[in-house]
Amino acid sequence: MSTPTVEKHSAALDAVEAGGVELITVTFRIRRFNPEEHPDPVWVDYQLTMDPKERVLDALNKIKWEQDGTLTYRRSCAHGICGSDAMRINGRNRLACKTLVKDVNPEKPITIEAIKGLTVLKDLIVDMDPFFQAYKDVMPFLITQGNDPTRERLQSAEDRERFDDTTKCILCAACTSSCPVFWNDGQYFGPAAIVNAHRFIFDSRDEGAEQRLEILNDREGVWRCRTTFNCSEACPRGIEVTKAIQEVKRALVTRRF
Amino acid sequence: MSTEISDALVVPSAQAHTGKGLGTGNPADAFVIEPPRKRTEKTPRRTRTNFEMLAWLFMRLSGIVLVVLILGHLLIMLVLDGGVSKIGFAFVAGRWASPFWQVWDLAMLWLAMLHGANGMRQVINDYAEKDSTRLWLKGLMGTATVFTVLLGTLVIFTFDPNI
Repeated sequence: MSTPTVEKHSAALDAVEAGGVELITVTFRIRRFNPEEHPDPVWVDYQLTMDPKERVLDALNKIKWEQDGTLTYRRSCAHGICGSDAMRINGRNRLACKTLVKDVNPEKPITIEAIKGLTVLKDLIVDMDPFFQAYKDVMPFLITQGNDPTRERLQSAEDRERFDDTTKCILCAACTSSCPVFWNDGQYFGPAAIVNAHRFIFDSRDEGAEQRLEILNDREGVWRCRTTFNCSEACPRGIEVTKAIQEVKRALVTRRF
Repeated sequence: MSTEISDALVVPSAQAHTGKGLGTGNPADAFVIEPPRKRTEKTPRRTRTNFEMLAWLFMRLSGIVLVVLILGHLLIMLVLDGGVSKIGFAFVAGRWASPFWQVWDLAMLWLAMLHGANGMRQVINDYAEKDSTRLWLKGLMGTATVFTVLLGTLVIFTFDPNI
């Protein structure tokens, strides 16, 4: 027996159907940098009339498509999975595709700049090579010994749960480029690389934990972390980054003694 | 997009971007700053020691001990028995007659100095941009630390109340 369902619309849907989407005027203050034109970056204001429920990425697209085609930024999937569009929005690292305009106070100009600590190539694009170099250095792949099994490598649900949090990383660099230690010392591995090392160190199927721990035990490894929690705060996937780093530290201490 | 930068074009990030270029003829060269984590000749070799871990552990453990030592010290010196007005040569001499207070003060001296020096080492690592500055600051700090620790130790052990 089914009860007749009352058509329940969300307030937003009602507004759209009634044609009453409230458009607002938003100013985007973007830090532009083009080394071929001028050695210094400049802040440029763009005004848009848009629905505050749209994302910052929509605003950037609108600016690029309708106002200034020279604006340069990375985006691929536009749905928070590819990790291309991490940028500093109102002074905090976020994914432009996961940030709604209404959530970053559209009454004031919204500042957008490239993530810090990496070389800016143009506008919002930074050189990600050092970031991925650190990622590669922790060997983010399964390391095993002996013959490969004929079936898949089985793992209990509890063993999988152990490193579940750090599997969520999309390598957007929001954490690493929010880390004050990384800003000062670019040789530091950075939170993202440690998170991805954590993902394998605590994987019961993996046998390379000792090698990875040895790499992270070095001068520029986990001991540089000052637990400022900037990384945990910046992570658009909600990974408890600082906790993961602390777990690697604990693993190092307990295995060495 | 190629982001390869040859070593010749890399200038230290401390250098101002003059916009005049580095003399290779390409105007874009002037804006190239040293990318972090780039493997260069100067990239530190892997150390394979546990020094950083031990330093980290030392900070935690000495911190806990120092809370007890220093709060106890402040309590005795400033609060109990008439507070600061009682402190004089005789008071210090009386305390150091006991090996317990000698060990207390010695532990406080060593732990506080090494704890502070390690903290300063981190600060210098963070803020000194040039390798030479870093070397000088660390050398200066190391000298001061060694001097203070040795002088203090000498005084505690050779203290003569009859001078």
